[in-house]
Amino acid sequence: MMENKTAVMENKTDKGTKGLLVLDHVTMQFGGLVAVDNFTNEVKEGELLGLIGPNGAGKTTVFNVITGIYYPTKGKIIFDDIDITPLKPHQITHLGIARTFQNIRLFYDLSVLENVLVAQHHEISNPDGDRILLHHGKPAKNYQRFWLWRAITKLGYLKKEREMLERAKELIEKVGLAHVMYEKASALPYGEQRKLEIARALATKPKLLLLDEPAAGMNPKETEDLMEFIKKIRDEFDVTVFLIEHDMKVVMGICERIIVMDYGKIIAEGTPEQIQSNPRVIEAYLGKEWKHV
Amino acid sequence: MVEKKLSNKTKFWLTIAFIIFIGFLLWLADRYFDDYKLRVLRLIAIYGVMAVSLNLINGITGVFSLGHAGFILVGAYTASLLTLSPEQKAMSYLFGIQPWIEKLHADFFTATIAGGIAAAIFAFLIGWPVLRLSGDYLAIASLGFAEVVRIWANNALSITNGPLGLKAIPEYSNTWWTYGWLLATVVFIASLVNSSYGRALKAIRENRIAAEAMGINVFKHQLMSFVIGAFFAGVSGSLYAHWLTTIDPRLTTMGPMLTFYVLIMIVLGGLGSITGAIIGAAIFAILFEWLRDLEQPFSFFGIQVPGIPGMRILTVSAIFIIVMIFWQRGIMGREELTWDNLIKWSRKLASLSRKRGEG
Repeated sequence: MMENKTAVMENKTDKGTKGLLVLDHVTMQFGGLVAVDNFTNEVKEGELLGLIGPNGAGKTTVFNVITGIYYPTKGKIIFDDIDITPLKPHQITHLGIARTFQNIRLFYDLSVLENVLVAQHHEISNPDGDRILLHHGKPAKNYQRFWLWRAITKLGYLKKEREMLERAKELIEKVGLAHVMYEKASALPYGEQRKLEIARALATKPKLLLLDEPAAGMNPKETEDLMEFIKKIRDEFDVTVFLIEHDMKVVMGICERIIVMDYGKIIAEGTPEQIQSNPRVIEAYLGKEWKHV
Repeated sequence: MVEKKLSNKTKFWLTIAFIIFIGFLLWLADRYFDDYKLRVLRLIAIYGVMAVSLNLINGITGVFSLGHAGFILVGAYTASLLTLSPEQKAMSYLFGIQPWIEKLHADFFTATIAGGIAAAIFAFLIGWPVLRLSGDYLAIASLGFAEVVRIWANNALSITNGPLGLKAIPEYSNTWWTYGWLLATVVFIASLVNSSYGRALKAIRENRIAAEAMGINVFKHQLMSFVIGAFFAGVSGSLYAHWLTTIDPRLTTMGPMLTFYVLIMIVLGGLGSITGAIIGAAIFAILFEWLRDLEQPFSFFGIQVPGIPGMRILTVSAIFIIVMIFWQRGIMGREELTWDNLIKWSRKLASLSRKRGEG
């Protein structure tokens, strides 16, 4: 703990080099299968980091371990100087990591507006997340008691509700979904559903945004829009982005740094140019794809 | 598409006016209805409380619980033991009674609240194990717990009087108490559902994993919904007991049958719709009474049909199946009967009839 703190103090002076999320020898084993093997790396504040690898390389498992869906077999995950390894998904979201899913998981029967509003609910209903924040000397999000009682009696609640509504509407306008605000999420076309999922993740006010194959199933036009969109939200919402992607155009086009995984191990790391010319990567993954081009 | 919407203030006053209007109708009914019709009218409200509370658990949170009769039973027994006078209790307990239970006494309102709280505590205790499960397993586990309470009530002679049941419970459940509690239930649960917590519950129903990833403590929210639903189930149990005036832990009165009746009401009305639950409860209560005639001998186009016991359950089932074929999501679906929706639907109807007129 002490070592950590001094390390942070040193890094505080120059923003951009501080590791926002540190994965320290993370191993995830399912029985005999090692899905993630000794994953050690970090996501620096403000960067746009890509994670690529062939199917079954363990990319999504890395995300699931970070967000607390799986408890890693070995290793530690530090986010913003807090050890989040043992925490539950809802607590981790509260601390500032939001994610999207490979197969879209929207609240289909709720409207676009409600989808975004739900993502703000953790601010008033997550005392255990707040306790962790307070324990580490960070400001809590909304540490007030009896929110449930207030929500039912509407005493001292309507102001909060209005505030949430305004923030949600603002966010929806920013991401360009205002024209479908009151539509059900299930009624949206595929590209907009992807967008809504990102908007919903942003509504949790994350410091780190994990995108799991955001361009999956999109046509070239939609993919191009998405690339612009990701760059835009990174700057506009001041959020660090860590994304998994299969589409090479996306990864090479927007990521500043890329990590390549194969069979659960990191086989390469570097800028898009370095990755493109790395023989191990070409052998494991890119080779087949790039020969056709 | 510009749609004119009513302001919140107008809607609020319209709702108040509507409640007063219903109150007036109830007052008329209370004066001019005969005893039998009044009892059915009250039953509608009691079923309404049961349906709205189960709808919170099953329809809105998506926790498929079949333990509702258990909560109703806990509420019914707690409240009845409190309202029965010590003398009556001493009279009906043939095998002796726990002295502390004999001494307990409270008025109807306190007893009803106590019934609700007892059911809520019971739900809190069984919620810990039951809500670790999901889907069919949860349904079976909750059904099991409800049966455990019923069988316990059947055997705990010195507390519940066992299979003999409680008799001569005062008939406190008049029109005002039943409809007052229905109003309280609807206001409370609608207020919850229309808040941030309600949205979170719906999110859990829609996608549990995504809800968790959005920072919602799924277990805590499910438990909350379970406990609140159980509280009102306990209240409805108290109303039910003081309507029946005699309760016993039989399969049909306080057993799984009752759970399935309530389930039929909310599925009929539309899972996830509060107004739908009330409509479902009203239809079920009226239909179930009205179809009593089927169990008496009657003539059908000149053919004499002898009374067949169980005919009405059969008929209700058939009607239920037909409704499910035409309205898969129940009468209301997940829509609510709100002022906005009423205006929307009436406009739709008007434009439809206009088109027909032109054509």
